[in-house]
Order: sequence, then C-alpha cells, then structure tokens
Amino acid sequence: MKRRTLTTVILAGLFFFAGYAVFFIAPDEATMHAIQRIFYFHASSGWAAMEGTGIVFFANVAYLWKRQPKWDWLAVSAVEVSLAFWSVVLVTGPIWAHPVWGVWWAWDWRLTLTLILWVLYVAYLILRTLIDDFERRASSSAIFGVFVFLGVPLDYLSIRIWRTQHPQPVLFDGPDSGLAPTMAKVFFFCSALMTFLMIVLVVQRYRLERLKHEAEETRLVLEERAETEYRNREVERRTALGG
Amino acid sequence: MDTIRAAAIILRKEVRAEMRTRELLQTTVTFVIIVVVLFSFAFEPSAAEARRYGPGLLWIALLFAGSLMLNPSFAKEQSNDTIYALRMAPVSLFSIYLGKVLANLLFLALTEVVLLPVFAVLYNVSLWPVLGRLILVLFLGTFGMAVTGTVFSAVAMQARMREVLLPLLLLPVSVPLLISSVEATAELFTDAPVLDRTWLAVLVAFDIVFFVAAWLLSDYLLEE
Repeated sequence: MKRRTLTTVILAGLFFFAGYAVFFIAPDEATMHAIQRIFYFHASSGWAAMEGTGIVFFANVAYLWKRQPKWDWLAVSAVEVSLAFWSVVLVTGPIWAHPVWGVWWAWDWRLTLTLILWVLYVAYLILRTLIDDFERRASSSAIFGVFVFLGVPLDYLSIRIWRTQHPQPVLFDGPDSGLAPTMAKVFFFCSALMTFLMIVLVVQRYRLERLKHEAEETRLVLEERAETEYRNREVERRTALGG
Repeated sequence: MDTIRAAAIILRKEVRAEMRTRELLQTTVTFVIIVVVLFSFAFEPSAAEARRYGPGLLWIALLFAGSLMLNPSFAKEQSNDTIYALRMAPVSLFSIYLGKVLANLLFLALTEVVLLPVFAVLYNVSLWPVLGRLILVLFLGTFGMAVTGTVFSAVAMQARMREVLLPLLLLPVSVPLLISSVEATAELFTDAPVLDRTWLAVLVAFDIVFFVAAWLLSDYLLEE
C-alpha cells in the first residue's frame, strides 16, 4: 500500500516537472511554435505504446509456450495499457496535425499503422469478453495476439509502398530532421517518464488481474462448500422427518 | 505425406457435407453478387470510375464474403460436437486445419468463378486478356484469406457472438492483403496491364508468414 502511494506521488511530481519542462525549458520551435510542444507527450506516448506492444507479444508467446496463467494476465494488462497510450497518440496527433498540416488526418504510414493497431487491440479485448472458459480465452487471445504482431511488418510494408506510389501531401520537415539539444533532453525525459508510467500501470493492472483470478477461485470454493453444506442439511432434515 | 493424405480426407468430407446441402455456397454467392450490385447503386460509377474503383469493390466484396463463409468452418463442428471426433482422429491437428483451409479455398474459388463474370458485366471491365494474371492474384489473395480466416474461425469457435466476432478479427488483420490485392488487380485493369511484382511479393509474404504461423500454432488452435 505504502509503496504504491509513494510511486503515485513520485509519478505526479515527475509529471508536474515534465509539464514545466515542456512549456518553459524547451525552446520555442521556429515554424510551429506552441503547438509543437504537444510533441513531447505525443511521441513519448508513442514510445511507451510501442514498448507495451512488445510486452504483449512477449506475453502471448510465453503463454502459448509455458501455459502459465500469469502470462495471460500480463498480456491482457499490457494490451489495455498500450491501448490507452495508443489512444493518447491518436488523440494528440490530430490536435497537432490540424494547425500544422491543415488537416486532421493524413493516410501517412505512421498514422495508418497506429490506427490499425488500435482497432486490432480493441478487437483483441472484445474477443476476450466473448469467451468464458479461462484456458480457451487465454490461448485464443494469445494466438490472435501473435497474428496481430506478425501482421505489423506486413502492414508497414504495404502501407509504405501504397503511399509512396501516390502523391504525398507536402509536410513539414519533421522533428526527425534533428532536435535542438534542450528539446532532445526534454523529449528523452518525457519518453522515460511515459515508459515509467506505462510500466507502473501494467504492474497495477497485472495485480488487479491476479486478484480477480484469486477472487474467482475463492468464489468457486465457497460456492462448492455452501452447496455441500446445503445438501448435508437437507439430508439431515429428511432423516429427521423420516425418523 | 500423412499430413497431406489426412488433409485430403478432411477436404473430401467438407466437400461432401457441402454438396449435400449447398447451403454455404448458395448463400455466399448470392451475398457477394448482392454486394457488388449494391455498390454500383451506392456509387453509380461511370465507365472510368468503374475501372478506378472496381478492384476495391471486388476485394471488399470478397473479403466480406470470406468473413461470412469462413465462420461455419469450425462453428458447425462445435455446434454438432463433431470437433471431438476430429480431435480424436489419429491425424495431426495441423492436417485438420489444412483440410479446412483447402476446403475454404475451394469454396471461395467457386464463389469467385460466379462473381467474376457478373462483375465484368456490371463494371464493364474486360477480364479476358488478363485472365491468367488475374487468377494468380486472386489465388494469392484468396489463399491468404483462407489461411487467416480459418485460424480465426477456430479462434472464434467457442466464443459467443462468433458470427460478428469473425469479421472483427479477420478484417483488420487483412489490411495488407486488401491493399496489395487491390493494387495488383488495379494494375491489371489499366490500359497497359502489368503484373506488379512488388504487390505480388507482399501477397506472397502475407501468405507465407501466416501459413507458417498457423502451422506452428495449429496444436494450440485445436486443442481441447
């Protein structure tokens, strides 16, 4: 309990500092000005989401290999947390894009790939809600997860070729063309912070999943016990009546 | 060798079961034709536009048909409890999967045989000069659809709402397949048709990646 409170306080403090750094320490970007500052949260969430996606794949493969429930708990936790981070990416992206590109959305490969992955993770979570049996649910979603992950390079490849064959809207140079040193420092700080947040959330979600599992098992044991007790009492009542 | 023989037996069983009722084929063929007809109402394409949008419509229609047709592949084994008999059979689980893939490939191919002439007439495209190349693209695309769709049919087998679930799983995973088959088909519908090697390569990569994945995961897929 104490450790979790401490982590929350530290995280909150670091996020306050990140907000300060993004708005007051990082220099103003020459062409985009204030709106560029969303990049520090947008791109760092993207990193955290990608790392989360890696954890999902790892957990899926580990479940199929080892068959231990904990890998399934880890997989579902990482999917939910990654989905949250992908959602942040998908929401902050258009906010940034609209004033800079003049459109909310472009079918650029990064955007398209993020969107596809987001949809696939939603499908993954829906799949899980529709299967009741634990093992069946775990292995089915692990198989789907592996297929999703294997599809990512193919998605990347096809969208990349598809888009370069069509005229590209002329975009800005992009932060890829090099960051000012202070910008880079702020960005790395934000990325590390988002990764930290992602890990904390996955750990917490994992704990919740484990407790859910334990509660379910306790419930089954209790139900069984109650049923036996009821039956015993019934037998007693009948023998009393009969006698 | 045993795997192939066992798969052939499963394929024969599937074909025989289908030929007794023809339920799957008649519904899918009718569905796919309705989709193509409705598309032309919705978009009212001129001759040039039909060429431009034709490949997309063709593949969307096929993908929708696939996501409907592939669902019963395992769902019927589940609801008749025949999946237990299949699991008990002294053959590898992969050969059961393979037999199902071949059967689904065959049924989808039959659907395409009916769909293509209708499509050519309604959208005014001449398929004859590019037929051989078109069949290659159709085969690669349909094979990828059968491979992934059969896996997801087994994944969705024990789920509630599986009829809706299968398209939900299959369609987003098929994005690379859709893009590359549409683009490859579009190259065939131009004035100087060419077989685009790049898109064929992506299609082949899709087929290989998911077929190998299905092969590796088939034991988990069909276990109890």
